Amino acid sequence: MTEPITWTCTGCALLCEDILVYIKDNRVEKVEHACLKGKARVYGCKHTAMSTVDQEEVDINNAIIQAAEILEKASNPSLYGWSNSTSEAQVAGIELAQTLGACIDSTSSFCQGITINEIMNGSIPSCTLEDVREKADVVIYWGADPMSSHPRHLSRYSYFPRGELRQRGYEEDRTAICIDVTESRTAKMCKGMFFRIPPGGDAEFMRALMDGLAGRVPKLSYDFDVKRILELAAVLKKAEFGVIFAGLGLVYSIKEEFDLISEFMSTLNRFSNFFLIPMAGHFNMRGFNHNLHKKTGFIHRLGFTKNGPVSGVEYSVLEQLKHGADAVMVVGSDPLASLPLSITKRLKDIPLILVDPCANLTSRVADVTIPCVASGIEVGGTAVRLDGKNMDISPLIQGDGLSDEMVIRRIMEEVN
Amino acid sequence: MAFAVALLSRTKQYTECPPLMEEEQYIDSRQKLETILKPLEGAEETGLIIHEELCSGCGNCVVACPVNVANDPYGSGRGFGPTNGKVIFRVENGKVKAANIEECRRFGKDRILCRACIDPCPTEAIEFV
Repeated sequence: MTEPITWTCTGCALLCEDILVYIKDNRVEKVEHACLKGKARVYGCKHTAMSTVDQEEVDINNAIIQAAEILEKASNPSLYGWSNSTSEAQVAGIELAQTLGACIDSTSSFCQGITINEIMNGSIPSCTLEDVREKADVVIYWGADPMSSHPRHLSRYSYFPRGELRQRGYEEDRTAICIDVTESRTAKMCKGMFFRIPPGGDAEFMRALMDGLAGRVPKLSYDFDVKRILELAAVLKKAEFGVIFAGLGLVYSIKEEFDLISEFMSTLNRFSNFFLIPMAGHFNMRGFNHNLHKKTGFIHRLGFTKNGPVSGVEYSVLEQLKHGADAVMVVGSDPLASLPLSITKRLKDIPLILVDPCANLTSRVADVTIPCVASGIEVGGTAVRLDGKNMDISPLIQGDGLSDEMVIRRIMEEVN
Repeated sequence: MAFAVALLSRTKQYTECPPLMEEEQYIDSRQKLETILKPLEGAEETGLIIHEELCSGCGNCVVACPVNVANDPYGSGRGFGPTNGKVIFRVENGKVKAANIEECRRFGKDRILCRACIDPCPTEAIEFV
């Protein structure tokens, strides 16, 4: 057996950096320590994307020229995806959007972008996953199921490991709490500390918990044992270093009154010491927010207008796909598979370009498909972990194609 | 009764019972026992069975197992993948594998009914029979 390579996994936004990969003849032979998601990522696409124009196979240079022509002709092009790309490719994409005067948005637009924005502007206190491992004694998974979405979350950082101040790990030193609408795999790990709430009941539960923290009797419109809320408030008050892992369940439920989370964190931190970490999914979703913020001061939903960069709902991918954009370029995403048909059905009527290593549902209808090598497998770079830490990613094997960054730069050359 | 206890502790096999194997009246009982004891065929010395088809490779068992922690405190004990070959559980190709079974707390004369790897498994992929 050959010597293994230590690799940073790009299967999810945990970016586990302790993975061992055995390579033979430029092919992955075995992977150790990675979960099933990481294993699937390292072994690559089931079917690789082909270079096509109008669903006919063409030379990749022709596909790039055709993509550049479509984007140049469009009066309101929109660039979307980016969460499965390295920061280097994201920066190239932002530059292309600026050159074109296009809209640019990522999956964070309908995911954790709103939470990341509040953390980046300082409204919500956050910490690193290393802090969680070394110090956290109370962890709350709220509307999140990391046992399904980030399988190594509990074993690497949040519950099971021994930390500097938590030498007895989960057995005595940590309390895991789950607040969710369903008894998920994560909820099963939080024995006796699972709080099942009705769908959409998060805001009310949060207010009830704030009442409990302040010593008032909580009131809820739905049936819930008030004593349990008071017990939970007592546990939170005693926490030395508490962390809330906010999942999409919480974000979607509370997005209309998102300021409530800042209010809740402030109330909680009058009694205790709590931080919040968003459960970003794709490996570099947060990287896009950081990179766009560095360039424009906004994290997503951006339009490069004549008056400069502007951010707003009208520039979000959902609005752009529904009625704004007259050409769309998707990088490293599969909107036809992941977004509702009511939003994506217009894609059949406007020119659609896809840059992706894998064949997917979107590649079946794209006017132009440009294959690229897989980020984090055949091309390295940097990425931002879900807690905001910058991570270096080395390539595993030698790819024989262009990276997504190179494709974007080639399109930019053609446009210029 | 003594034979039943020996059977359960796996110091004896049901095939060592002459009446069961030789007398026709026990054919049904023998077939039932064969069905019941079938899962033991794939079990380790300690009775450990890993249902690989259920495992998601989360590594909870790797970090929770007290033997893994004792033998690899700065690797498995800290949440990383194991850093030496002395551990019981490690994840390979997205599935947990067991080795060094003689180190397990359920092994040998002074065995105890440790459940440290079973309880943290979110998919019930680990079982002791």
